[in-house]
Amino acid sequence: MSSLATAGKKRRKELMTLNMGPSHPAMHGIVRIVLDLDGERIENADVEIGYLHRAFEKSSEQSGYLQVIPYTDRLNYVSPLINNVGYCMAVEKLFGIQTTERSEYIRVVMSEFSRVSDHLTCVGASAMELGVFTVFLYMVKAREMIYQLIESVTGARLTISYVRPGGVKADLPAGFSDEAHKIIREVRSILKECGALLTRNRIFVDRLKGIGIISKEDALGYGITGPFLRSTGIDYDVRKDSPYSVYNQFDFEIPVGACGDNYDRYLCRMEEIEQSLHIVEQALHKIPGGDFMSAPHAAMPAEEMVDLAKMGQTEGLAQTEVEPEPTLEGGTEKYFEMLQTKDHRVVLPPKEKTYGNIEGLMQHFKLIMFGHGIAPPKGEVYQAVEGANGELGFFVVSDGTGRPYRVRVRPPCFAIMAALPLMLQGGTIADVVPTFGSVNMIGGELDR
Amino acid sequence: MKAQPIDAGFFSTKLNDMVGWARKYSLFQYPFVTACCGMEYMAAACSHYDIDRFGAGLPRFSPRQADLLMVVGTVSQKLAPVLKKVYDQMCDPKWVVAFGVCASTGGFYDNYATLMGIDRIIPVDVYIPGCPPRPENVLDGLLKLQARIQNQKQLL
Amino acid sequence: MILEAVKAKFPDEVLETSEFRGDLTIVVRKESLAQIMKHLKEEAAFDFNLLMDLTAVDYLSMERKPRFDMVYHLYSLRNKHRLRVKVGVHEKEPEVDSLVVLWPIANWFEREVWDMFGIRFKGHPHLKRILLYEEFEGHPLRKDYPVNRRQPLMKQKSDHELEFIEAREYGQAVPELLRGSANQEEKKI
Repeated sequence: MSSLATAGKKRRKELMTLNMGPSHPAMHGIVRIVLDLDGERIENADVEIGYLHRAFEKSSEQSGYLQVIPYTDRLNYVSPLINNVGYCMAVEKLFGIQTTERSEYIRVVMSEFSRVSDHLTCVGASAMELGVFTVFLYMVKAREMIYQLIESVTGARLTISYVRPGGVKADLPAGFSDEAHKIIREVRSILKECGALLTRNRIFVDRLKGIGIISKEDALGYGITGPFLRSTGIDYDVRKDSPYSVYNQFDFEIPVGACGDNYDRYLCRMEEIEQSLHIVEQALHKIPGGDFMSAPHAAMPAEEMVDLAKMGQTEGLAQTEVEPEPTLEGGTEKYFEMLQTKDHRVVLPPKEKTYGNIEGLMQHFKLIMFGHGIAPPKGEVYQAVEGANGELGFFVVSDGTGRPYRVRVRPPCFAIMAALPLMLQGGTIADVVPTFGSVNMIGGELDR
Repeated sequence: MKAQPIDAGFFSTKLNDMVGWARKYSLFQYPFVTACCGMEYMAAACSHYDIDRFGAGLPRFSPRQADLLMVVGTVSQKLAPVLKKVYDQMCDPKWVVAFGVCASTGGFYDNYATLMGIDRIIPVDVYIPGCPPRPENVLDGLLKLQARIQNQKQLL
Repeated sequence: MILEAVKAKFPDEVLETSEFRGDLTIVVRKESLAQIMKHLKEEAAFDFNLLMDLTAVDYLSMERKPRFDMVYHLYSLRNKHRLRVKVGVHEKEPEVDSLVVLWPIANWFEREVWDMFGIRFKGHPHLKRILLYEEFEGHPLRKDYPVNRRQPLMKQKSDHELEFIEAREYGQAVPELLRGSANQEEKKI
């Protein structure tokens, strides 16, 4: 017999080790995947994370409850408002307080806009990695509009620190509703265009369909939540299953996939954008308090008020409206009652009181100064919200002082990354890119 | 590679200017994107702010083809050797931009895990402040770098 | 209701049950953790099929014994309820049973707890650091680890020269020298 046939059978399987990342364009700079390859097939994959470990949890233990908010912005930096909301709700739960209805609605509107921008970035970036650069440009254009809207409310594009325990920082600006509706229309038209470019695009579909499949059982075992779990056909969504805030007042649907491959995840995300926009429309319609902040009005500049107060001319100051810095617009006394709870242990006084009378100033300092700050009662709570990637949970332990004893985040994409080797095995190297792209790995959240 | 001393004659100064002019408008950047600033880097690179107007539109994901290293975001102790290695692989002439406050100084992540500014391991030409910097800030930083490239002694 | 059911099923193993702001908590004996968790996962009345979170808390500054608490957050998709399970871990013997056989996600979460707190897991297949690097000494989320004690992977040799403290490549043990910037002088113009 020819020795060739037997030689082929006896061939020792030699694995080649290939290192992807951390400095690799598709790995987003901070993940390293060590692949064991048999030819082009992936036999085994080892995921190494931690390149963006910034010690969020340790830093939080060193700072006051309010100082943690900026750190939470930088967890999932594509949708920071949801992190803000999650953390502040955990602190509110520790206190056992409720915030006002209007601020709940504002939180919902802003969270949903954040979710839209997150999904846009995810779909756009993974499309770009597959060569569809146009879609990326279109989607970033849509995201840019949302950023400008967010900026008009919070004063910053990305790291917003907008939500406070007990409410939100400031009211929505004048003309917000019209602007929001305009942007929703724009985003919808961009989505339609992108959907036309992608959903039935042969190359795109071939790269996604049947790739990176995960079964229901595996997904549950790995604790996967969010669009990733929903793509396997399980309709778990924190907004529906344990409704927080005012989500039970809206009519929206949870899109689910059929087989849990990359294509299903893409479709789920696209549909979720639409559902989020739908929620925003309903919230803008239902929001209590009616009109948004009225047109600019005559008010006293803050520094002038401080000067008067320094000279002791405080007569009538507490009733005069102050004009704070632009990012605090809508945070003055006129809007205050609608936005913040009345619990003085938690909320800062309106700026008129801080500048205008000594009680307000003292309360402000008590909540801000080192060693004081807001101090929830002893206890520990876990608060889950629906982040863009899945269940985002904050576990906060309080020892009764002004600093959190322990802040723990349950990062949604950590679970997905843990399951990544499972999805890569048996595929080819080219499949790593779309599968990894569909994870929507966000370093700040993954490594904290 | 060491710089050749350039005589102060008419021809060599004009050559220096010309090379500087050519180099400053053909920057090939290597985006070393790690963290939040990456979102603003994306915004600056895409059509709305369009970094291409200043001749830095093409990202190159191989350090050997790039001459501008943009360090975008926090660099942790674990990532520091990687950054150093990427920098060393780049060919001269090369420039480094520290994008955002974490890359410049470490920002408010003053703890065991992060590197307090990339200038501890590699030399930096331009620092762009902001957490994250706005895209306008990024473009301003790029213009500052271009002025610097124009005025420096060129490696020939 | 869940609390009573668990307590009735395991009267000796459940040390404490409590409710705070709607969060249900049970504290169980360390030895019977795996057994209780298995029951909670598989019994239809509980059906906690998702291990949402697994973490630890260091109670050093509260001066409590035992020093550590392992904290597990469970969620049931069908019954839509949550439960927190806690286990005390002594400093002298920081080891608990691994839950990898029940939920595969426990693998990474337990690696993280080992990395941050130095608690070992009996039966874990691959217990090594996950967020930090192998050269790191100590466990940063312990309360006695100072927040800014740095352990850099590269150290300053001279002005512009750095050196890896240890090469971090696979299977490479020789420290690698790195050249500093060559065009440093030109940059000063």
